[in-house]
Amino acid sequence: MNKAVIPLVVFLVMAGLFLFVLQKINKGEYDPRDIPTEFIGKAVPAFDLPNLLDQSDRVKAADYKGKPWLLNIWGTWCAECWKEHDYLLMLARQGIPIVGINWRDEAVAARSMLAQKGNPFVETGFDPKSDAVIDLGVYGAPETFLIDENGIIRVKHKGAMHPTVWQNKFNAYFMQP
Amino acid sequence: MMLLIKYLSLVFLLVISANSFARFSAYEFQTEAQEADYKELVQELRCLVCQNQNIADSNAELAQDLKRKTYEMVVSGKSKDEIALYMTERYGDFVLYRPPLSYTTFFSGLGLLPSCCLACFI
Repeated sequence: MNKAVIPLVVFLVMAGLFLFVLQKINKGEYDPRDIPTEFIGKAVPAFDLPNLLDQSDRVKAADYKGKPWLLNIWGTWCAECWKEHDYLLMLARQGIPIVGINWRDEAVAARSMLAQKGNPFVETGFDPKSDAVIDLGVYGAPETFLIDENGIIRVKHKGAMHPTVWQNKFNAYFMQP
Repeated sequence: MMLLIKYLSLVFLLVISANSFARFSAYEFQTEAQEADYKELVQELRCLVCQNQNIADSNAELAQDLKRKTYEMVVSGKSKDEIALYMTERYGDFVLYRPPLSYTTFFSGLGLLPSCCLACFI
């Protein structure tokens, strides 16, 4: 066999491999930027943040023990957060408790977004310096955690919340009476 | 000859300026050991937004926040291992540029072997 075809064969194999991975990415089956969370099954970190809407109040993880709740990390700079906002409002209307963490944001901008679009959050913690966000292992927004009645993180979803994700990952935890 | 001197002085200036950038740090430390720990950690921790940069070199906002977190932990007397553990508990082994040996890292390293053989062969 001619030695000169070897590079060609290597090239074709590599090209095939790249195409395979690229297709997985395009179909959304594989995200190279996705970093698996280490937190599923562990207790939610005890964050303690100032309340975005009430400076005399604090927003603490400890206040929400006893029933499942959602923790949503958002910021006005994050386009996906605007997209998922209406759906969060709908979940809130269904009685799902959602706690917000407003991340690396201007308080004025954040308040005006809630005033303009409606406020789906029971409370919103204000975290301009990523204190709670790093504690939660978050590296992008939006992210939504589901925390059960014992304060254990059960689900984490990276990216905007929408009906399919809700049905597949979250809904079951809120079905029990 | 003149040209050579000009080039050499240019290189010299570039080296000095790079050096002065390297010395620059936004943080102040109580002890030199803490500063050394901090510098080592920010070299070792991967920026999660840009992914192929360490947080020392990255200007991404998350990297800056992670540097500040590292600084706060160093100053509060945490050891390097404790800080690395804190980061991996949150962001996984991915955050470390030199992950510990595990099944995944062992086999992904092993995967290099056939490519190496092939390279020799060619």
